[in-house]
Amino acid sequence: MTGPESVVHLSHVNKTFETAGAATVALSDISLDIRRGEFVSLIGPSGCGKSTLLRLIGDLTEPSAGAVQVNGKPATQARLDRDYGMVFQAPVLFDWRTVAENVRLPLELFGQDKDTQASRTAEMLELVDLTDFARYRPYELSGGMQQRVAIARALAFSPLLLLMDEPFGALDEMTRERMNSEVLNIWQQTGITVVFVTHSIPEAVFLSTRVVVMSARPGRITKLVEVDLPQPRGLATRESSRYFNLITEVREALRAGEGPASDAGLSSVERTAAEGGIG
Amino acid sequence: MRRLRQYLPALVILISMLVGWELAVRVLNVKAFILPAPTSIWAALIANWNDGYFIFPSARVTLIEALGGLAIGTGLGVVTAVVVSRFPRSRDTVLPLAVAVNAVPIIAFAPLANSWFGTLSPFSKMAIAAALVFFPIMINLLRGLTQVDSSALELMRSYAAGPTAVTAKLRVPNALPYFLTGLKIATTLSLIGAVVGEYFGGLTETLGRVVVAGASALRFDITWSAILVVSVMGIVLYLLVMLLERALIPWHPSVRGERRA
Repeated sequence: MTGPESVVHLSHVNKTFETAGAATVALSDISLDIRRGEFVSLIGPSGCGKSTLLRLIGDLTEPSAGAVQVNGKPATQARLDRDYGMVFQAPVLFDWRTVAENVRLPLELFGQDKDTQASRTAEMLELVDLTDFARYRPYELSGGMQQRVAIARALAFSPLLLLMDEPFGALDEMTRERMNSEVLNIWQQTGITVVFVTHSIPEAVFLSTRVVVMSARPGRITKLVEVDLPQPRGLATRESSRYFNLITEVREALRAGEGPASDAGLSSVERTAAEGGIG
Repeated sequence: MRRLRQYLPALVILISMLVGWELAVRVLNVKAFILPAPTSIWAALIANWNDGYFIFPSARVTLIEALGGLAIGTGLGVVTAVVVSRFPRSRDTVLPLAVAVNAVPIIAFAPLANSWFGTLSPFSKMAIAAALVFFPIMINLLRGLTQVDSSALELMRSYAAGPTAVTAKLRVPNALPYFLTGLKIATTLSLIGAVVGEYFGGLTETLGRVVVAGASALRFDITWSAILVVSVMGIVLYLLVMLLERALIPWHPSVRGERRA
């Protein structure tokens, strides 16, 4: 199955956590292929293991069974080859470094020469529109700006894959929509493959070429939704009927995955999120 | 101007305390061996430039002892913390020992230090100061080196950064505020170590000996002025560490204050 176009290849992946002597199945029999240039969102209720799945791809945790391949090699090798950039929910910026120095961090670690570091950092700051803030400290920026610095840092060394773990979860709705458009812009400019964890249905549909719907206990993939909204996407996309239909499709897949037992709580949360995104 | 207003209440309280002290001594006619008035302490301090007690030459010797002990204790503390943080398994061995040693009242060893390193040698005082300084430096630095944000460690892992790079780029900067907090405590402790070491014997021209000699000669104004000089040295060392904080960790919330864009 691992063709040259497959950037991420997961086959029969299981992940079990040992907690207080008891084993909790976090992920059960996950198989998924992500092709070059795709923008794939992982969506599901909390506890469905979507973040764990992302961390498996990034080799920040190891599968209990099954294989994780990135760029046709084991995930560990891909990490050692610095094949991916990571953006966490918190920006994880170092306060002792300026904005520019934070973006430069991976370039320093990879031993690039000073000139390349400087030019690449300037390029990245321009990409996320923070050139004027190069000398600021992270704590002097707003939450949205901090997350843009984190994105610039993740892209600084031109990785083939960008892993994003609920990067805009802590931002207000307006900022989140603006950040969504920026991420789409960056994705189109760079042609990078993106795996994006979110619990917002509108965000997943707006950004993705494909939405992976997951359910909890145990975490598994219940549906793959192809998002055929035309590119480039913008305000008109958010108002198109196809967009609404896809949101409904993802929402119903999430509800179906939950089963009849625990319907109420989460689906109403997801519905609120969806409506917030439209309005 | 704003800074002046910030410190004004503290200044007013300090001055009123001094005035109250002076008045209480005069009005209640307190005997000098119980509590001399601030003015007589000050007079003794000025007079003692060459009055046989040599407060200022003594202060120099005591300061050197304290700084020597501070340097030795800080050095040992830093080395221990770095080694222990680098080899996590050694923590279970070293930490309980360090905590146990810290529970021992090190000051009680002052007479022994004198017999080990020589009563008249400054090294006996440095040894006590160093022993006092070691623990707060070691434990604070170790905390700073090991209590690192787990996401930051994952970020470094995603860059395939080795332990040396993680230490240089993440652990050391993260530990600086902790280390400086330890250093603030350590400056005071080093002076305590030096002065108390001198109480149990040492050169005549040391502040600890001046305190003892003044008291036994019933010259309490001398004793108090020596104490005043030690206090001022302690405050100055503390302020120097604060300046160091401004230079090294301007980004830390404790230093940057309310500045925010």
